[in-house]
Amino acid sequence: MVVLWTDALVFVLLFGMSVLSVYMLSNPRMRRPLRQIGASKTGMVSLTVLLFFVAVGLLDSIHFHSKDSNEIVSVLDQWLSPIRLQGEKTYSAPFAAHLFGKELMVLEDGSPVWAYPRLQYGGAHLDDPESELFYDVLMKASIGFIKSAIPAAIVLVLLGKKFLHRKNALISQASAKAVAWTVFWIVVLCGTLLELSSYYHVLGTDKVGEDVLYQATKSIRTGLVIGTLTTLIMLPLAIVFGILAGFFRGWVDDTIQYLYTTLNSIPSVLLIAASILVVQIYMAKNEEQFTSLIVRADMRLLFLCMILGVTSWTGLCRMLRAETLKLREMEYVQAASALGVRRRIILFRHILPNVMHIVLISVVLDFSSLVLAEAVLSYINIGVDPTTHSWGNMINGARLEMAREPLVWWSLTASFLFMFTLVLAANLFADSVRDAFDPRRMG
Amino acid sequence: MNRSPVLEVKNLTVKFGVDNPVVDAIGFEVHAGETFAIVGESGSGKSITALSILRLLPVNASVVADEIKLNGVDLLRKAEYELCKIRGRRVALIFQDPMSSLNPVMTVGEQIAEVLKLHFSMTRQVIRQRVIELMKRVEIPEPEKRVGEYPHQLSGGQRQRVMIAIALAGEPDLLIADEPTTALDVTIQAQILALLKAIQQKTGMSLWLISHDLALVSTMADRIAVMQKGKIVETGLSASIFQNPTHPYTRKLLNALPSMESCLGHQRKQKSSLLKIDDFKVYYPIRKGIFKRVVGHVRAVDGVGFEIERGKTLALVGESGCGKTTLGKALLNLIPAYSGQVIMDGMALHKLTGETLRRKRADIQIVFQDPFSSMNPRMLVSEIIDEGIRALYPEVGTVERQARVVELLERVDLPPDSAHRYPHEFSGGQRQRICIARALAVQPKMIVCDEPTSALDVSVQSQIIELLKDLQKEQGVSYLFITHDLGVVAEIADEVAVMYRGKIVEHGTVDQVLHHPKNAYTRDLLAAVPRLQTSVLR
Repeated sequence: MVVLWTDALVFVLLFGMSVLSVYMLSNPRMRRPLRQIGASKTGMVSLTVLLFFVAVGLLDSIHFHSKDSNEIVSVLDQWLSPIRLQGEKTYSAPFAAHLFGKELMVLEDGSPVWAYPRLQYGGAHLDDPESELFYDVLMKASIGFIKSAIPAAIVLVLLGKKFLHRKNALISQASAKAVAWTVFWIVVLCGTLLELSSYYHVLGTDKVGEDVLYQATKSIRTGLVIGTLTTLIMLPLAIVFGILAGFFRGWVDDTIQYLYTTLNSIPSVLLIAASILVVQIYMAKNEEQFTSLIVRADMRLLFLCMILGVTSWTGLCRMLRAETLKLREMEYVQAASALGVRRRIILFRHILPNVMHIVLISVVLDFSSLVLAEAVLSYINIGVDPTTHSWGNMINGARLEMAREPLVWWSLTASFLFMFTLVLAANLFADSVRDAFDPRRMG
Repeated sequence: MNRSPVLEVKNLTVKFGVDNPVVDAIGFEVHAGETFAIVGESGSGKSITALSILRLLPVNASVVADEIKLNGVDLLRKAEYELCKIRGRRVALIFQDPMSSLNPVMTVGEQIAEVLKLHFSMTRQVIRQRVIELMKRVEIPEPEKRVGEYPHQLSGGQRQRVMIAIALAGEPDLLIADEPTTALDVTIQAQILALLKAIQQKTGMSLWLISHDLALVSTMADRIAVMQKGKIVETGLSASIFQNPTHPYTRKLLNALPSMESCLGHQRKQKSSLLKIDDFKVYYPIRKGIFKRVVGHVRAVDGVGFEIERGKTLALVGESGCGKTTLGKALLNLIPAYSGQVIMDGMALHKLTGETLRRKRADIQIVFQDPFSSMNPRMLVSEIIDEGIRALYPEVGTVERQARVVELLERVDLPPDSAHRYPHEFSGGQRQRICIARALAVQPKMIVCDEPTSALDVSVQSQIIELLKDLQKEQGVSYLFITHDLGVVAEIADEVAVMYRGKIVEHGTVDQVLHHPKNAYTRDLLAAVPRLQTSVLR
């Protein structure tokens, strides 16, 4: 076992989330909002998709020294090793049997020819790709479908028999069915893709011949880490400063405003570039601590999260300050102070719950913009380490090939699809959470 | 009344979606040159009726009617572009809130000129002349100067005058005034109503007044329709409705109306002072520059003194902006006072700070005006009510607290199961009851009631006042009752203090102040209050 810094933080976060869920499940007052989330089909389906992404990310966060090489790999890498290791020479299109570019080859009789060479792994089992490829793909896909669909269906039906007719369940019957269908389709999709992946590169290969599907899957962890850890660093700063500034006014407000105005006036790219350079120098000076590539890359990811967190709290902070300014003049806050309620209790009981909707919405929106920020920063080489798989790096790499004819579209498409699914699921889920916890929207 | 009808409405029904109709098969006529009024409580559908006639409702509303005839032309058969020529030209509208019905980034002159440009072809000079003429007609002083000003530079009353000028610009046959004076002070209200009457006499247009205020309507209208839950329950000449109301709902409304005569029954017993304030001042500092130096003060409350007796009610009356709410909040230490003494039961409240102040807060509580913003929407009613007990009496156990909540709910006539519901599930009157229960929870000696009834309908208003009176009898709590409504004052108060620009200009028993006012301002205020024209009622 090797525990990287971000791994540790991811598991701490997971632990925190579990404690929170246990608390919510055991608290009788939480049953109504939870049941409302459970009744929302969209909410539950997007939660399922989100959990799938999180599961992939978690599998990718358990690292160990691989037996055959002395590399540090994750459980996910181990599972996907065929795809991980079966690299080609360079670009190849999805489901291709040939490389993307022509090369000079020497035929058996010794004559040189300018042609598309066959791939080393993708479609290597075919004798005549031109005629066989389409039917073979169809065939393999059906096999994968059947292999995964039958066990998935059996397990789901059995589980459904056991749990579906329980009374007083948190999840309504309709959304339980929707969730079952989602799980079924996710399993079938994964099964089919896995089956196909042992013969083809489903989403093609990139410049150095690495499978794009593998890259995109590995990027899930990077995206989640950047989205969650950054939020974790940013949220306390934004909430504490925003609410304190709005509630106490006076010098507290002035100080906090000066702080975030100053921070906002420094171009964040500059700040990030400077910090990344500092980290690099630190790593260069203490080489003995960073023995392997993956440890270095991980350190850089962690620092990126911190820097992004420290520079991105100002927007939310400003919004929370404004909202608190409005709330503190609300009559229920005044009534509470007239009732002799202590100020910190007013903050927790009256102000904080009434700004939570803003926090929730902006966290989800920020989540997507953080994933995008990572892509932009990778573009100028101050993002995550170039060896780290990330959607940003994929987009950055694909950018260089956009002018090529015919177009190398698969890296861009793959990262777009993955990002889109994750961000959409997060948005929809956040919507139903917000609705469920607002008593005014009840019923 | 043999004049021809300007507007004829037959069998009008308005629905939103598949819900029950908001306006249910009503019919009425507005005659030329008359003032017709629709009276009803909030939610009775009176504004919706007006909007539906000009087809100004949102798209999800369905309007069905046998006919809506304006000067004999059926509006239902008109296309949207034809209606545009009628709105503002043949029929004009004035809304309730002069703050939000004017565009803040256009000068008032431009806004009046807009109507002229739309409906008449005039040259620029003629338009300008006409705008000034209109502003003169609505009696705005110095119209030449005011033309170029923005809405925020005008007072509330002047803004409503501008709204009237805009409405008059199209020379309409029918002017619909939807609660035109509800947002204004009584004295301003009287001026605006007089203006509307004068204009109507001069131009001979019809006025359709929509209001919840029976007294106001009785002074203005020729004919009245009483609306309840989307139906017109009674129509008739103004005088006949007020003298012989036939429908029980009309009678109920009339009886709920607070009247100034009711104070005569109050008696005075021996004095026992509870709260005494002296030379009380609340100043808001005006700060300028980077270092926020204090360069002056806004004197919101400027040297006020009075005494409140145990178990009695002092009404604090005044127009908006006179400092009465500030005074109430400063008494509770919600706003810092500038100077002055507050002595309650022999203890100087103004000297308290920190923990002692917090402990002492139980003595004075407050009930606010707006029953919708005075409770945290995310807390259950039980939590709202026991908040004070938890803060001030932490030694009280959970079971006892729950029992106390139920007891308080019963005392304010709410069912005990209200405890486990959220505030938004209650109506305005019920919410105000919850607020009263919250204030009572800590057993205060005095409650500051800051316009507790002005956001409520008349019938609910009288219930709340009854509740407050009963509680006073039971518990001997004193009230500082802040209001602008002199009718309510007579119902509840023992003494009245009239406040004007931060100072108390007159103070005395209700009878003295309401019936034998000494101060000129008090007299103005009383004269401006609309009264039922027929005094035989009670």
